[in-house]
Amino acid sequence: MFHDLLDHHRQAESRIHRLDAGLKLAIAVGAAAAMVLIPLPAGWPFLLLAAVLMIATAWLSKLPWLFLARRLIMLEPFVFSVAVLALFQHRGIEVFLAVLARSTLCLFAMILLAATTPFAQICAVLRRSGFPGIMISVIALMYRYLFVLIGEAGRLKRARASRTFVAGRKQTWLSSADIISRLFMRSARRSDRIYSAMCARGWQ
Amino acid sequence: MHIPDGFIDAKTALATAAFSAAGLGMALRQIKRRMPPKQVPLMGMTAAFIFAAQMLNFPVAAGTSGHLTGSVLACVLLGPSAAVIVMSSVLIVQCLLFADGGITALGANVFNMAVIASAGGYGIYAAVRKLFSGVRGRIAATAFAAWCSVVLASVCCAGELAWSKTVPWPAAVTAMAGMHMVIGLGEALISALVIAAIDRTDFLPQEPPVLSAGRSYSEMIVFGLLVSLGLALFVSPFASSWPDGLEKTAAFLGFDHKAIEQPFVPTPFSNYLIPGIGSASAATGLAGAVGAVAVFGLSFLLARFLDKSASRP
Repeated sequence: MFHDLLDHHRQAESRIHRLDAGLKLAIAVGAAAAMVLIPLPAGWPFLLLAAVLMIATAWLSKLPWLFLARRLIMLEPFVFSVAVLALFQHRGIEVFLAVLARSTLCLFAMILLAATTPFAQICAVLRRSGFPGIMISVIALMYRYLFVLIGEAGRLKRARASRTFVAGRKQTWLSSADIISRLFMRSARRSDRIYSAMCARGWQ
Repeated sequence: MHIPDGFIDAKTALATAAFSAAGLGMALRQIKRRMPPKQVPLMGMTAAFIFAAQMLNFPVAAGTSGHLTGSVLACVLLGPSAAVIVMSSVLIVQCLLFADGGITALGANVFNMAVIASAGGYGIYAAVRKLFSGVRGRIAATAFAAWCSVVLASVCCAGELAWSKTVPWPAAVTAMAGMHMVIGLGEALISALVIAAIDRTDFLPQEPPVLSAGRSYSEMIVFGLLVSLGLALFVSPFASSWPDGLEKTAAFLGFDHKAIEQPFVPTPFSNYLIPGIGSASAATGLAGAVGAVAVFGLSFLLARFLDKSASRP
């Protein structure tokens, strides 16, 4: 399910998908910065324009609307729960609305970027723009093995559930810790094998 | 604790980004100088591991659940510099791939959860470790540092929100710190249990990398400086301000704390606000201080219990 959510639409073909990844990253970051920085009572028309442009981009990129809506709705509760705190002040409602609009639009921009750009291309752009090499290696390895480990965690959980008939609260804590520690041991061992494989292929 | 876009303004974003860049630069320099190249795939795998572990929810109470942050866990397993890199990678991927945490707030998120939580948490871990050695000391230090790291990061996050004038300080600190004092108990318990379980195998080095392999003073100085500068800049300007929206905050918190009650570890304060004290943020500060002492004690009880149950045949 997780894998579906991520990579399903990256392979799709559209004018937006074919654009240079660096350009898309720059536009997304620039747009987010502009939307955050613009002073608000005066900036509402700009935000509206940005929303229209992003909806047009989404249409051009032929992404399913349901997918975009689902991603937005999944992330919106976090935004909302922090935004509620803004209400506790003088003219809090204005701040609340401004924050909510800004972060929802930025969220939409980042979702569009992530859905139309393969992550490997983003890594390549970061490497070209002088991002530290070790960092890129760590991020690329993390992305590569994320799904492996999520699958592994799922298998550990299932195995644990099939062996445990009654799960009290104490048992749940112990088994969560057990799964996490096992997951780490397995990833540490896997990293040894990966290192050997990397060396065998001439990595330094 | 991931701050979304739009919640922090330009000056906060730039300041936190500069701090994060400094911390990350220091960490990368350390890794390049003293870590074997084998560490690179291990850091990548640990980052993926932290991400996967963050997806496993543990029950807090009444249907709510929390999840691990993992900063102190990464520190104890790999050392502070590697932990800063690992946590930053996790946050960068969460931001770029899942839109979890804003791109303009990336600096703030990295500062809170990678620099403050990992390097700051490691400082606390190392200090407790100096006092108490052995397996018990390690477990207790892990639990206490994990709790402190979560609370410190949340206080710093509240300070950044207040500095940006998005959320008033009393509301931010009572909600963020109050909530994370409870969530931190879960983090502490899970981290301690995980370290206790890994301790039974031979993976962990006798001491974490930096403590054993010749101390690196520059690392400690830079991280210490960054953590204290961050706290001084984002938190201390507000620590003495008196709030006016007290009743609203209290009402909000009363509503808020119904959802998140006592987790598995019992503590004497049901809701972290001692009534009858003039200001909500002062009460939060006091509850935080008392909570820290209580958690310190509990960490040792937990370590004793885990150590005993581990050595039993």
